[in-house]
Amino acid sequence: MATATAPSQSKDLTRADLHRQMLRQMLLIRRFEEKAAEAYALGKIGGFCHLYIGQEAVAVGSMAALRSDDYVIASYREHGQALVRGIPANAVMAELFGKATGCSRGKGGSMHLFDVAKRFMGGHGIVGGHIPLAAGLGFAVKYRGGDQVCLCFFGEAAVNIGAFHESLNMSAGWKLPVIFLCENNRYGMGTAFERVAAITDVAEHACSYDMQAETVNGMDALAVYEATQRAVQRARQGGRPTLLEVRTYRFMGHSMSDPLHGVYRTKEEVEEQKKRDPITQLAHKLKDDGVLSQEGVDAIDVEVRAEVDAAVRFADESPDPAPDELYTHVLAD
Amino acid sequence: MPTLTYRDALNQALREEMQRDPNVFLMGEEVGIYQGAYKVSRGLLEEFGPQRVVDTPIAELGFAGIGIGAAMAGLRPVIEFMTWNFAVLALDQIVNSAAKMLYMSGGQIPMPIVFRGPNGAALQLSSQHSQAWESWLAHIPGLKVVAPATPADAKGLLKSAIRDNNPVIVLEGEMLYNTKGEVPEGEYVVSIGKADLKREGGDVTLICHSKTVTVALKAADTLQEQGVAADVLDLRSLRPLDEAAILTSVAKTNRAVVVEEGWPHCGVGAQVVDVIQRDAFDQLDAPVLRVSQADTPMPYNKQLERAAKPSPERIVAAARRVLYLE
Repeated sequence: MATATAPSQSKDLTRADLHRQMLRQMLLIRRFEEKAAEAYALGKIGGFCHLYIGQEAVAVGSMAALRSDDYVIASYREHGQALVRGIPANAVMAELFGKATGCSRGKGGSMHLFDVAKRFMGGHGIVGGHIPLAAGLGFAVKYRGGDQVCLCFFGEAAVNIGAFHESLNMSAGWKLPVIFLCENNRYGMGTAFERVAAITDVAEHACSYDMQAETVNGMDALAVYEATQRAVQRARQGGRPTLLEVRTYRFMGHSMSDPLHGVYRTKEEVEEQKKRDPITQLAHKLKDDGVLSQEGVDAIDVEVRAEVDAAVRFADESPDPAPDELYTHVLAD
Repeated sequence: MPTLTYRDALNQALREEMQRDPNVFLMGEEVGIYQGAYKVSRGLLEEFGPQRVVDTPIAELGFAGIGIGAAMAGLRPVIEFMTWNFAVLALDQIVNSAAKMLYMSGGQIPMPIVFRGPNGAALQLSSQHSQAWESWLAHIPGLKVVAPATPADAKGLLKSAIRDNNPVIVLEGEMLYNTKGEVPEGEYVVSIGKADLKREGGDVTLICHSKTVTVALKAADTLQEQGVAADVLDLRSLRPLDEAAILTSVAKTNRAVVVEEGWPHCGVGAQVVDVIQRDAFDQLDAPVLRVSQADTPMPYNKQLERAAKPSPERIVAAARRVLYLE
């Protein structure tokens, strides 16, 4: 009996561990972003700073379906993805602070987090501009006969851009192993999607390109995980791309210079959405499943808060890039 | 030494580099089955197959970006634009993705990619198909920009561009594809950033690149008949710019005319003049003059088009003015 039940127990344990890890990652993002907002208000972070609060389940759920040799590429709202991919909070916070110890040596900033060793191929700042790059990473995988996939995050506003359509067309036609993951948070800056899109179900665009698509509840990390697993399997085994529309919501403004709800959405709408908080939902599930107690959840929270506090200290104490860094990395040798 | 057309010299460079490095591939509109809109890629599909000679839809931004993504993963794409007029659709990718990737990643992601295709006016193609884009592209840090004038330079510069670990723009002359010249066989590379003195004179320096080299050489012939010996300096590379070669020639002649196919406003010539006024001010015997395309969109009518383009006559007139012969 022992031998018969062992694999299943081990599988259950693995699943519980995975769920605990997901909760930890979501809490890490939440606490990280809260500290980033504070640091922004103190003038320690400059420029544009787009927070991920409310959308944590998307990065966490989807990236749990990846291998370490898969590629990830994202837009400018990518602090969460960078953390989940394993870039240390220290290096991400230091990059936001513009420090030499940042993951892009202080030269990229909030919108351009990179870590090639983790195959995190950047945050990119032009809406939709990185979608063809994702197809190109998939092209390179296919060119070399590999079985990696490329997971590409972008917002629903990017769907109105030509780059999205050109990339989906070529990826489907050429069978590139790419997962186009649209984080539909309903607003492109202050413009509601339905005000500017003829087709508001993003997943419907896939049929123009004979591509598989799924619409997923982006407040449910496990649903995102499962849908991404299916997409990864299609990409890895047959080089078939997928369009995933993940419906989520951003609890904060578009960037730090945008108020919490602004004039384009009501306070009530934001408050209503916060009742669907993806972290609360996963914590509830883990408690229901007997995986974690409230104390267990609290302990994780204490742990990630300490990690984020340490990251802020690290960033604060890190040096600025040397003056001659201005002129390095313009051209490669 | 074999004589080849400019087109076949480019073809030879592509073929040799694809044989040399399996990471090199060619992508663009009509590069495969059609053998290239200007037949630069003739025979490559047969030799290397559809995986490495990739026909694309008409989607310049998309396939330029796919090339950049492939370069992020370490491949060495050569992206062909049917003409640079169409590449304007891909400028976001060239400028925002390719040129900045190394810098904004803190040095993590080199960008070994070539963007190439015909540039400048041909014959009676009217406004949208007759434009020279070098000043737009040479403006951007993170790019290298070359514009070969001869078949040998076309081969040598394209080979260098493909081996370079940076995004290199190769501006080919649409009217140069059929021109012939001696081209060294096999391994022949021309360093990016080196100008070439195509003709040695001593009285005036004619600074030019790409198709205007031919025009300037014709002007130099005419000037010779008038007793004026001209240096004809082919820049070959617009970024980096061979400032030393410019200054060496001007130090000798004390007079210069800068010729280009682009428009005058903020053109390549303005940059060259800046170099000369800054570093050779005391050696100048006359203000530097420029000959460019007329500051208008290109007209269709043959006579108007001829008037719009840099011509030997306009270069001779400018040279005579800097020599105070007019």
